[in-house]
Amino acid sequence: MKMKKFLAVCLSALTVTGMLAGCGGAKGGDTSSAGAEKEGSSAEGSVYYLNFKPEIADQWEEIAAKYTEETGVPVKVKTAASNQYEQTLKSEMAKSDAPTLFQINGPVGYQSWKEYCADLKDTDFYNMLVDKDLAITEGDGVYGIPFAEEGYGIIYNKEIMDKYFALPGAKATSMDDIKNFDTLKAVVEDMTAHKADLGIDGVFASTSFAPGEDWRWQTHLMNLPIYYEYKDADVKDEDEISFKYNENFKNIFDLYLNNSTVEPTMVGSKTVDDSMSEFALGKAAMVQNGNWAWSQISKVSGNVVKEENVKFMPIYTGVEGEETQGLCIGTENYMCVNSNASEADQKASLDFLKWVFSSDEGKEMVTNDLQFITPFSTFGDDEISSDPLAQEVVRYMKDDSLTTVPWNFTTFPSQTFKDDYGASLLEYANGNKEWDAVVSDTVDEWASEKEATAE
Amino acid sequence: MQKTYKKYFALFVLPTLIAFTLFFIIPFIMGIVLSFCKFTTVTNAHWVGIANYVKAFSNKDFINALLFTVKFTVVSVITINVISFALAYGLTRGLKGTNIFRTIFFMPNLIGGIVLGYIWQLLINGVLAHFNVTITADPKYGFWGMVILTNWQLIGYMMIIYIAGIQNIPTELIEAAEIDGANKFQSLYKIIIPMTMPSVTICLFLTLTNCFKLFDQNLALTAGGPAKKTAMLAYDIYTTFYNRNGWEGVGQAKAVIFFIIVAAISLTQLYFTRRKEVEN
Repeated sequence: MKMKKFLAVCLSALTVTGMLAGCGGAKGGDTSSAGAEKEGSSAEGSVYYLNFKPEIADQWEEIAAKYTEETGVPVKVKTAASNQYEQTLKSEMAKSDAPTLFQINGPVGYQSWKEYCADLKDTDFYNMLVDKDLAITEGDGVYGIPFAEEGYGIIYNKEIMDKYFALPGAKATSMDDIKNFDTLKAVVEDMTAHKADLGIDGVFASTSFAPGEDWRWQTHLMNLPIYYEYKDADVKDEDEISFKYNENFKNIFDLYLNNSTVEPTMVGSKTVDDSMSEFALGKAAMVQNGNWAWSQISKVSGNVVKEENVKFMPIYTGVEGEETQGLCIGTENYMCVNSNASEADQKASLDFLKWVFSSDEGKEMVTNDLQFITPFSTFGDDEISSDPLAQEVVRYMKDDSLTTVPWNFTTFPSQTFKDDYGASLLEYANGNKEWDAVVSDTVDEWASEKEATAE
Repeated sequence: MQKTYKKYFALFVLPTLIAFTLFFIIPFIMGIVLSFCKFTTVTNAHWVGIANYVKAFSNKDFINALLFTVKFTVVSVITINVISFALAYGLTRGLKGTNIFRTIFFMPNLIGGIVLGYIWQLLINGVLAHFNVTITADPKYGFWGMVILTNWQLIGYMMIIYIAGIQNIPTELIEAAEIDGANKFQSLYKIIIPMTMPSVTICLFLTLTNCFKLFDQNLALTAGGPAKKTAMLAYDIYTTFYNRNGWEGVGQAKAVIFFIIVAAISLTQLYFTRRKEVEN
């Protein structure tokens, strides 16, 4: 009797658990769609591209469909859900029908995927690359090729800035006066004092620190001190850092926190979306982000920022000689061909890439639909996207008097390093950690993470 | 009849056996093998021996996560079971509207963990905003936030199991006790609780394993913040696996250790509570 009752309870519990588990498990994130009929004979090869950016998933599928229409080669595009690329790639690569084209995020990503990266040295796709230094190489081989450059800096709303410059006693007369951290700080602090006159809640949009929303600081902003440190040592990567430009990081980070729309203790609940909408609604005059942010700004309902008023400014941190510093421009998207795919598939993939980035139709879709700033010689000067921030990036790239800051954060040891650093910054913002502790923890963590991920 | 059963035994068992092997036994063995390997995808594994286990145990995050998980589990298991038993007891007294209450208490269980996590993050941050802090300001907010969330989610389910247990007690036992002069508390402690031990066993088992394996809620509510101080074991395994190149094997090793811990704890618990069960 006892046993029977126990069993009955057990069974009913199990049934319900099973039902619940079923509900929970049904939320797959893939937006899979075969861009072409699968029956295309594999003798001629087929393409399977695992796309990184969900925001341009539809555009890639259109391109794939167009290519299939023209050449008959089947192209399948699958897009990983936001922040799920590594996870998706890991599981897709283990299948027999693995992606033939995939992306890695730089030297660190290459370390984990090198067994899958084909050598692209002799391909047309590599020959199209203008600056060969940008590619990921090892020895003589070329394993990853960048295909879209992006830039970030401080985005500002020219309308609000002009309003400020018109105020009596303004600390600067135009954006051209702001060429270093001291001027920026003076202007920002004066703007904070006049925020009622300017109709803003704070100069900078909130410093987002909700879980997973801190990449603008732990990765992008951290790039600057690391860039200067590498530059002084004349290296491209280091196993140990001294973080000697930490004061510069603190300069700008404090400025962000103290002249923001929210109290520094409240940043833990803010997301990037929150900050972008504050900027779009005109509640903040500046926000640190990249050219990809335009689509986000323009989509906010009730957005008051005009297209012609969205401009970029370099991130000044108070380093000697920063007057000539430009935006941070680089890429963390490198195209790789799966070396484990069949010869025919590899060739088909390379042909596809060549078509996308050099044929007239392909190029048109790249500039207008994908809105990439490409590093390829096949694109003329007039073939750039209409996006205002992308145009700003191109303007900064073309300005020879400025030094572009490369994306050195692709050499950061691991995601764990970035997450831990972000957590430290949040504790600092909340007033629970001294800056010295942030610095020493970061130096230790860099060394230990580099060691942990070394072969 | 018996003979026919025996004859077709293999045939009837086969489909389930195949499914069980394909979807449970094989992945499980693969998982154990992979914990001794270095790999990027499951198909390019290289044998490295026990190196992964050494790394897993020397990794302070893992030990911290284990301690946090144990603390969380102890608190949650006690609160969930006490509250859900109290609710079940209250709702078997024949009050008006019992069914409506049962339904309402059960409903939180039907919402997925991720969604719950985000909802509670909003709620808790909304309350904490009055004090100008957020849930990631201090690990104790995250800890209690998670305890409240798990309670809210699991109480209804456990309550249903307890209700079933209490309703199964023959009324003559309670009546007999009343005639013998037992008061409400005496009949609760001497009859109802001993008679619901099978439910206690299953509820303890479910809460214990659920709390130990909590993942979605942890990810959505605090994502381990601040500084991994609220990361639980399952979440730590996940971050080890995905956020550090070359550590996939270590994540796998941690997962195997995790399995052994959960199995050991829940089997011990089953053994001890089963001994307390009485015949009715």
